[in-house]
Amino acid sequence: MNISLRVNGQPVEAEVEPRLLLVHFLRERLRLTGTHIGCDTSQCGACTVHLDGRAVKSCTVLAVQADSCEITTIEGMAAGGALHPLQAAFQEHHALQCGFCTPGFVMAAYELLGRDHVPGEPEIRAALEGNRCRCTGYQNIVEAIRSACGRS
Amino acid sequence: MRAFVRRETPADLVGARLPRIEDPRLLTGRGTFVDDLQLPGMLHLDLLRSPHAHAHIRDIDAREARALPGVVAVYTGRELAQFLKALPGAGGMEGFNAPQHHVLAIDRVRFVGEGVAAVLARDRYIARDARELISVMYDALPAVTDPEIALTPEAPVLHDDIGSNRAFELRIGNETEAAIAAADRVVRGRFVNQRVIPNTMETRGAVALFEPWENRLTVWLSTQAPHLMRREFARFLDYPEHRLRVIAPDVGGAFGAKNNPYAEELLAAALAVRHQVPVKWIEERSEHMLVTSHARAQTVELRVGVRADGTLLALHYRLVADMGAYYHAITHIGPMMTAALMTGAYRIPHAATDIVSVFTNTTPTDPYRGFGRAEAAYFIERTMDLIACELGLEVLELRRRNLIRPEEFPCTTPTGHVHESGNFQLCLDRALARLDYEGARREQAKLRSVGRYLGIGFATHAWRAGFPSVPGGKGYITSGWEKTTVSVDPAGKVRAVIGTSPHGQGIVTTTAQIVAQQLGVLPRDVRVVHSDTDAVAQGNGTMGSRSLIVGGSATLLAAQQVRAKAIRLAAHLLQLDPQRVMLENARFGDVGDPARSIALAEVAAHAFAGPRDLPEGMEPCLEATALFEPTNFSTCFGTHVCVAEVDPETGMVAIRRYLAIDDVGRAVNPTIVEGQIHGGLAQGIGQALMEGAGYDVAGQPLAASFLEYATPRASDLPHFEVELTETPSTVNPLGARGIGEAGTIGAPPAVVNAVLDALAPLGVRHLDMPLTPQKVWRAIRDARA
Repeated sequence: MNISLRVNGQPVEAEVEPRLLLVHFLRERLRLTGTHIGCDTSQCGACTVHLDGRAVKSCTVLAVQADSCEITTIEGMAAGGALHPLQAAFQEHHALQCGFCTPGFVMAAYELLGRDHVPGEPEIRAALEGNRCRCTGYQNIVEAIRSACGRS
Repeated sequence: MRAFVRRETPADLVGARLPRIEDPRLLTGRGTFVDDLQLPGMLHLDLLRSPHAHAHIRDIDAREARALPGVVAVYTGRELAQFLKALPGAGGMEGFNAPQHHVLAIDRVRFVGEGVAAVLARDRYIARDARELISVMYDALPAVTDPEIALTPEAPVLHDDIGSNRAFELRIGNETEAAIAAADRVVRGRFVNQRVIPNTMETRGAVALFEPWENRLTVWLSTQAPHLMRREFARFLDYPEHRLRVIAPDVGGAFGAKNNPYAEELLAAALAVRHQVPVKWIEERSEHMLVTSHARAQTVELRVGVRADGTLLALHYRLVADMGAYYHAITHIGPMMTAALMTGAYRIPHAATDIVSVFTNTTPTDPYRGFGRAEAAYFIERTMDLIACELGLEVLELRRRNLIRPEEFPCTTPTGHVHESGNFQLCLDRALARLDYEGARREQAKLRSVGRYLGIGFATHAWRAGFPSVPGGKGYITSGWEKTTVSVDPAGKVRAVIGTSPHGQGIVTTTAQIVAQQLGVLPRDVRVVHSDTDAVAQGNGTMGSRSLIVGGSATLLAAQQVRAKAIRLAAHLLQLDPQRVMLENARFGDVGDPARSIALAEVAAHAFAGPRDLPEGMEPCLEATALFEPTNFSTCFGTHVCVAEVDPETGMVAIRRYLAIDDVGRAVNPTIVEGQIHGGLAQGIGQALMEGAGYDVAGQPLAASFLEYATPRASDLPHFEVELTETPSTVNPLGARGIGEAGTIGAPPAVVNAVLDALAPLGVRHLDMPLTPQKVWRAIRDARA
């Protein structure tokens, strides 16, 4: 099937098998390998990207479902060579260790920035329920997100 | 937790909270993990796995799979055995029953997930389609997954050539029976340290490239020990090691589980050579749960002899260790490590463990963060609370009475371990002060009076890290040294080549801090090279909390040697006595006359001159290689306190506070150290409350995805209160102690002790992990009935 979409602001057209997952399309066809695959049951959140402004798990979306959509991946977050404030907060607060789950956390946390208040710790922890990390114990991720929300 | 602090001066870099050099690449999606690699013409390897825990393979029909367009080859175990050796198993231990373990099962499968056929195809979707087309006829056999049952005469035997399920038996320790018989009280118990799954967020994977015209084999591998893997791949493939290159690119967590030369990665390399085409294999999460090493799986029956005042006299364990169906790299070491550290932080004159290691129809076990030592800490810390409960003693008083005192070091335990130094009381005192122990007990009493269950649990743990080389060792991991080369280029920029293989521990930043401080340069001017066996000739890897204490020490020694040489050369160029030369802000100057100075870059440029322009006897180049071999393990210790409340209506455990006071010896970057503790705590609390890899009676795993296996999420964990103490270790020049495993070692006993303290009014004496709501609720229901 033929699909046409925008990825990180660039128009993309491609011929894909109907069964191709969006995450494989991004990683293997577009070579946007910052989006990771950490499980096969849509629970780890490492593959989180933005589809029309909403965080989705790209392992649970078919490439054909993204037809006519606007996709943003982790590669689209640091515009103009500077870290996005959320990414900078992750570095400052030591919110990553091996870094494998990190793109998914950044993409998932981005939604919290748009809220009309600075979320508290329980709210941030609850909002991260779709993302798993095995290195950090989450504490510094929570602090990074809270700090970034306070700044934006 | 304090965030990183940016700084621009090299002074006092050791101890500075410097932001990680590793981060920007990973934060922007520009890391390179194995699955990110694509090579021209690359084929994908996929394995068909056994759905049976124990069965004969009667027939494998792969005709349909072979006929599928895009499929290059299909192999069975029997076909592979015609050109491949058996897998490397736990080698080098005499008297052990080592079963044959093949890349794919031959005739018989022994655990669910064992590979029975391999497909090589053009892409991963076709490989999966082909896998589904292979038809295997099995004759199911009775399976055994409980190691105690596996020891009975009626149990099905896994390995006919061994004749029983006994892997090995070993006694470690001194005489215990007379002391137990003479004790005022003997306390008995049985504790299970359940089977868990490491679950690195990145699963395993490999890409293998064979270049026949160069006779070069390159393997990109998600591993924590590229040099050990190079050796094992070379042996397995009969391939010259000097032509093999192993690269650990970015690795998404390892935790001990990426230390084994696994069947799938070896097969990917073998098929890349055989078909002369690049081969990729990437593990799926459900495969990871089935075939990557599981861990722990130890049970002790204990007897401890105690004086009426609580003085510990003798401790005996019968330890049953579940090896799984086969050995992985160092499966057999786990129970030995547990036995070696069975006395924990305490002075116990008589102690011994009788180990019985058993094969079962389950996934092989191997290291996981805290290997052997987490089990030891759990058993002894639960034992302490059990003694306190039975003798009516205060848990803290009992611990204080028996902790090894600072003046007693070095202290040799009855099981042969030497605690080199320590101050166990220091961490305990700091924890109590921070907690307000008296206040916490008052709060507990108050809540109890209104029917609420609050508990306080302690772990005053002591363990060890940074193993020395094993004398005469023939086994898999027997070399304890590490090596670093530090060199300064003519522009004054520095390269440090290290033998450990960091993958999240922040060792790149930490190494840069150590080197930059010695040479008076900025950390960003130090490039740290690691994890590529062509760039790093030799090394031993990242495991057992050794990267800083062993690798960091080698780095410190190399940097000191370069500094000393630079000072000699600067003195020569400035025509000064070397004693008068000091290094500040990358300039070497006269102590008495700061105007007389020369930049490190100028010294470095001179160092490349011919020998005639250098001081007598000095070789060109500003470079040094130093090797550090520890003479003994570093003793690591801390006090963890958990305050938890149990909801009697739901059985839910809520952690109100968690304090971790750990002694790190020397914190090179405290923020990184605290992060290491956090991560370990999450895994330790996960084991205490949520995680467990069980099997049903037929040997079917009860957890094969994140749907059934609960690693903690953000909302499952409390805000940790972490504090570091710094009592220098005596066995490495940095004075550092291991910290990577403190969390997985301290948390399980602290949490379980807290929950059982909460349930004490109900008379619940013990519950085995994980303390799920269901298990806790049932215990409360039964206690009330």
